[in-house]
Amino acid sequence: MTGSRVGDSPNRVGGIDRVTGAQQYLADLPVADALHAKLVTLDCARARILGIDASEALALPGVHLVMTADDLPTPMPRYGPQNQDRPVLAVGETKYHGDPVALVVADTRELAEAAARLVRVEHEELPAVFTVAGALAPDAPLVQDPSLRPGDRLAGGNVLTEHRVGWGDVDAEAARAHVIVEGRYTFPMVTHFAIEPHAFMAAPDGDGLAVWSTIQHPNWLQKLIAGLVRMPLSKVRVYAPDPGGGFGGKQHTKHEPAVVFAALKVGRAVRLVLTLEESFQAARRTACESRVRTGFDRDGRILFQDIEADYLIGAYADIADRVVGKGSYPAAGPYTIPAVRILARSILSHTVPSTAFRGFGNPQINWAVESTLDEGAKALGMDRLQIRLRNLARKGDRFIPFDTPCDGDWEQTVRLAAERIGWGTPLPAGRGRGIALGIKSGPTTGLSYSIVRLLVDGSVVVYAGTSDMGQGARTVLAQIASQELGAPLDWVTVVMGDTAVVPYDQQTSASRSTVLMGNSVLAACRDIQGKLRTMAARLHAVDEADVVVDAGLVRLPDGRRLTPVEVLKPGFGKLGGELTGLGEARKDADPGHPLGGAPAFFEFNCTVIEAEVDRETGDVTIDRHITVSDVGKAINPLQVRMQDEGAAIMGLGHTLMEHYIFDERGRIRNLGAIDYRIPTSMDLPRELHSEAVENADGPGPYGAKGMSEGALLCVAPAVAAAVREATGAQIRDLPLTPERVWRAINEAADAAERGEAGS
Amino acid sequence: MIANVPIEVTVNGARRAVDVAPNHTLLDVLRDDLALTGAKECCLVGECGACTVIVDGRTVDSCLVLAVEADGSEILTVEGLADRGVLSPLQIAFLDEGAVQCGFCIPGQLLSAHVLLEEHPHPTQAEIEEGMAGNLCRCACYEQIFDAIRTTADGGDR
Repeated sequence: MTGSRVGDSPNRVGGIDRVTGAQQYLADLPVADALHAKLVTLDCARARILGIDASEALALPGVHLVMTADDLPTPMPRYGPQNQDRPVLAVGETKYHGDPVALVVADTRELAEAAARLVRVEHEELPAVFTVAGALAPDAPLVQDPSLRPGDRLAGGNVLTEHRVGWGDVDAEAARAHVIVEGRYTFPMVTHFAIEPHAFMAAPDGDGLAVWSTIQHPNWLQKLIAGLVRMPLSKVRVYAPDPGGGFGGKQHTKHEPAVVFAALKVGRAVRLVLTLEESFQAARRTACESRVRTGFDRDGRILFQDIEADYLIGAYADIADRVVGKGSYPAAGPYTIPAVRILARSILSHTVPSTAFRGFGNPQINWAVESTLDEGAKALGMDRLQIRLRNLARKGDRFIPFDTPCDGDWEQTVRLAAERIGWGTPLPAGRGRGIALGIKSGPTTGLSYSIVRLLVDGSVVVYAGTSDMGQGARTVLAQIASQELGAPLDWVTVVMGDTAVVPYDQQTSASRSTVLMGNSVLAACRDIQGKLRTMAARLHAVDEADVVVDAGLVRLPDGRRLTPVEVLKPGFGKLGGELTGLGEARKDADPGHPLGGAPAFFEFNCTVIEAEVDRETGDVTIDRHITVSDVGKAINPLQVRMQDEGAAIMGLGHTLMEHYIFDERGRIRNLGAIDYRIPTSMDLPRELHSEAVENADGPGPYGAKGMSEGALLCVAPAVAAAVREATGAQIRDLPLTPERVWRAINEAADAAERGEAGS
Repeated sequence: MIANVPIEVTVNGARRAVDVAPNHTLLDVLRDDLALTGAKECCLVGECGACTVIVDGRTVDSCLVLAVEADGSEILTVEGLADRGVLSPLQIAFLDEGAVQCGFCIPGQLLSAHVLLEEHPHPTQAEIEEGMAGNLCRCACYEQIFDAIRTTADGGDR
């Protein structure tokens, strides 16, 4: 591809290694002397651990360690990004199917696996809760001991937190509403299913410690490990090779602490590469059951939204409570509404700890809110596009009164998507259409440092702590440096993933990196440009203020244009040298804000679907899938399309096929790739069209916004609406499996036969 | 412990003699004994395609093939697609079309696409979808992978 500047779509930086097999993911790193670890888990959810007999395992030659809670400090060290609730290994009781009770360390992975099977864990299975109803039952067992929640008035139950937000008077608006619709919706537990399973390694490193992880947030891990082992940050070096897909599942620490303690015990490198099944038991999306009540006036203006969402989180909070709080906060949607009341609850259960997952709590509730809006349109006899346009916030509107105003021309996005599908044109026989809008708050706080070095030959090294997990951060950051400093893209190296080398970055999440790290790298480049100006002014005896550095060229007041090298070489002389720039992008917390800070931007997407249903089998075919996202500025348009389409297809997964299936004992019955299906090349829309609206109105470099999650927010409501139009069946539970759709079609047909009003 | 079994395979054009454990898969041997880590480990049940390699001209899930079964065969892995550092047209097309995001599934995708184009030099959309159905991509670059396959087919040689 031609061009490597901002707005071009050059080949991915690091792409060649990815097509030749040279790219080394964590499990590919050569570690000849490393020992291999295996987790020991129980085939049940909650159990009291009565005793662990490791003698048989330890008797195997080549087994070095069977680490249990007894081998760890007392009290058991606990960790978590929100609450310090997760033990390094289960202590006294397992809390979910897959909760590790021991870690076996042996010469080979095979041996570790064999030894893990020989560890005898005497246990007594205990009653457990796996559903919202089960967790809230009066006699429900407590998932977390109240001692873990000191001073928490809710500690006597399984509700971890209640998040309330709202404005206006819902009851008064309800009293004057012309139409009120209400619906209950469920969203299943799904998992990230990155093709690279989680992997971890730790080794003593001189007087410190080296830790390798597939983690998205290496600096967060570094701080956590340093705290657990009481070492200074400078002695804990975290290597974070590019993850083979993250999607939020690799944001936070999983089993790294256990691996670290094991490595310190055996004094050698210990590595733990999870199986896909174990990755399913390490991270998942938060399930949700919601009730939405929406009132309208005669003209279809939304008067109020009354939303209750029960998010089923796992046994430990991980970042799930933040998912609930932040994901439910903009639940009323991108609409200007006089009164809103939102109550979202994080509910603990004896299930896999849920965590961040692309969309971060928004898809779960957007599914319900957008579907309810359609029910309102139906009750009012209004067009579904028109009811959305009537209520949609316009740029500058404070649609959430105490928050970042609408920051884009959202109407343009919606109209473009509608135009692309031909909204309002006659439908082909047997098909239905659906439309949905979605917003997601961008990062509410952030801190990204970077260092950029302009070397004497004009080449550039960028140090940025972002994780390139496929979104293409390395390419975008290189394009910014190329744009500002004039180096061709293949003269730019981006160094990431090593806390001993790369300066601090808070995290890679919330589609923040183009904006925050992008601004940081831009600032570092501008820092260098200032030094170039000084140097050029000295060399050519002109006033520094009259020297301009722009698009990689140094312009002198007499009109001459110099490349950076033409300044650097004479400027440095024989000793050589380099110019170094420091970048910082900061978004400070706002303690007065319900989320601790207003979002830096909103991701906004409109998705329109045309689908047909096989009435005999219930199979849904997506004929057309249009996704339009407001991205501000596409620094790399091809990567924008890839992220947008990737999010859209991932959304088809939870919409049509993905869900954990539990048995009555809380065991996941569809662990692994055979029984848990994600979209393949056979499951794609017949036509998938992704488009970006670019008005350069974002806070990032050149007006960019984050955009990697938007296209996932709307898929479920848009598809379900199309299914409803095609068949008359209203479905409020995901996924829309053939069986569920077939049943709904038949129930709708039966109801119609009995002369009942459509449900 | 059962004794190791000597096998000989041709991997990416080079004869390799290796003693393998009888219970080790071809994937184990490629990754651990031959240090060819391009084939990836994910589901280990033949569903995801991350471990795809080409054995005697056909794609296999190397996690499902015992190494001893591969004795005497000719194996092509992703490391063998480029010719002395020159990328194949298919590899170039994958980069140009944006078929690569995180990259973890890409070795398998490339090898499946390679065989697809051997069997169908000008594949139809249905042949592409079916031919690539055994390779999951969670980044979901499917459209771009299809584009890369079509571009390569249109360009003639791979």
